[in-house]
Amino acid sequence: MVMINVRKDFPILTKMHNGHQIVYFDNAATTQKPYQVIHAIVDFLENHNGNPHRGAHILSIEATEAYDAAKKAVARFINAKSPDEIIFVRNTTEALNLVARSYGEANLHAGDKIVIPISEHHSDLVPWQRVAAKTGAKLVYMYLDDTGHFTDEDLAKIDEHTKIVAFAAVSNVLGMKRPIEKIIQKAHSVGAIAVLDGAQSAPHMKSDVQKWDCDFYAFSGHKMLASAGTGVLYGKMELLKSMEPFLSGGDMIEYVQEQSTTFAEVPYKFEAGTENVEGAVALHAAIDYLEDIGFDAIEAHEYELTKRCLEGMKKLPYIHILGSTDPEEKVGVISFTIDGVHPHDAATILDSYGIAVRSGHHCAQPLGHHLHVEASNRASFYIYNTVEEVDYFLSMLPKVRKQMGLNA
Amino acid sequence: MSMDMGSLYSDIILEHNQNLENKHELDHCTVSEHGHNPSCGDDLTLQADIENGIIKDAAYTGHGCAISQASADIMVDLMKGKSVKEALRLIDLFLSMIKREVTDDDKLEELEDAIALKNISNMPARVKCAVLAWHTLKEALERENNK
Repeated sequence: MVMINVRKDFPILTKMHNGHQIVYFDNAATTQKPYQVIHAIVDFLENHNGNPHRGAHILSIEATEAYDAAKKAVARFINAKSPDEIIFVRNTTEALNLVARSYGEANLHAGDKIVIPISEHHSDLVPWQRVAAKTGAKLVYMYLDDTGHFTDEDLAKIDEHTKIVAFAAVSNVLGMKRPIEKIIQKAHSVGAIAVLDGAQSAPHMKSDVQKWDCDFYAFSGHKMLASAGTGVLYGKMELLKSMEPFLSGGDMIEYVQEQSTTFAEVPYKFEAGTENVEGAVALHAAIDYLEDIGFDAIEAHEYELTKRCLEGMKKLPYIHILGSTDPEEKVGVISFTIDGVHPHDAATILDSYGIAVRSGHHCAQPLGHHLHVEASNRASFYIYNTVEEVDYFLSMLPKVRKQMGLNA
Repeated sequence: MSMDMGSLYSDIILEHNQNLENKHELDHCTVSEHGHNPSCGDDLTLQADIENGIIKDAAYTGHGCAISQASADIMVDLMKGKSVKEALRLIDLFLSMIKREVTDDDKLEELEDAIALKNISNMPARVKCAVLAWHTLKEALERENNK
């Protein structure tokens, strides 16, 4: 059993609530931050803060260096060919909007198809709906069977009319890993580009954009120990060069005249306005932290927690797990329902025992309609969670039923 | 936020949550309003049959957590037979209770079972569950008033 001993690095994990130490199982929403990240932000603000790329003075230069170093770290982290293929944005949502607007709207026409799984969260769904509405392209869904898997019939929807295939490497509700390379190869075989949503994969498994051969990869720093407001869009250089800017203004320009502007090179063309440098610094520190632990250890640790949790839940007849119940297929995200207890009530009762889980539709309403589950609970783990916490959580599930006047 | 679950999920709330007498479609209604909490998926439709300014009958359909369902059931019980004007006043009193603008139990007595939801004001994450039905009815009645 691989256990990662990092709890001492996370000050928030000692927090008490209602007489209980917090058990934080809402990591798919956002993760907690280690001292290494917190201190990196403080150090930047105390010692190096300036506006990057804009000044000749020492603080601007140091801010530029910190920002560029973060890009190099991200490029290494996802195995991009060059830091110039890395665009810093606010979050996964903004990254996907950038692709939808600057690539999708410019390249799609009536009769074209955009194919996405029904399990996508709204960030990778609503932007494509808008592209479809604007261009006359058709948004086509790949549905899932009862265990959360695609059928071959659904994969066949990726055909010669398809121009964009967008999908999450890991579903944020089902927690299931998708056959990344298989789908991307299929997309490329029909001449479509593949947009990979890494919001739920980047924190949990090794990202390798060259091996996967995805055209775009988007993820958020706050789901992998960095601060909120730090998002990444990776794009293949040739594609990025061909695209118009998403936002315009300061620092994304080359020359500005009264009536016209030429734009800066990629990636600066896509980074209008003053950048979130302390966010980039936080992301850099988070990447260093995760790479120190290593994804082999991270995956093994999360597998143990997921396996134990799934095994415990399967023993409770009133618990229903969404999607696959095979821990091999999951990355530490388990969504479930409890017979007779609405997910909001379950979350409130678990919260009273100090356990933080998500409740609701997890920003994936069409998946809920498809599965006939309007809302569910979601427990999601990360490197600092422990077997003891999983056992405590499992022991509280019968109490949730009892609290609502039902048999445990 | 600290709260005893027994005082939130009290017998009164659990009973109203399980009571289905007010959960159906009305055969005849003069107003119908849809209420939705987009962030959590709670979704309900309120119907009322209003004649000469009096709520003759009311009911709701939809789905949501125990708090939202119990709150809707309690509200429907309270509103039957009241005038639109009186109903609007009670809705405002309920919302004031949730916002802790009115805390005096004597003043809140006329809310009857709805007083059981008073403690929800300690739970910011659940306030929207408790007020959904009341906001929905308020919207419907105000439209009726402006006719």
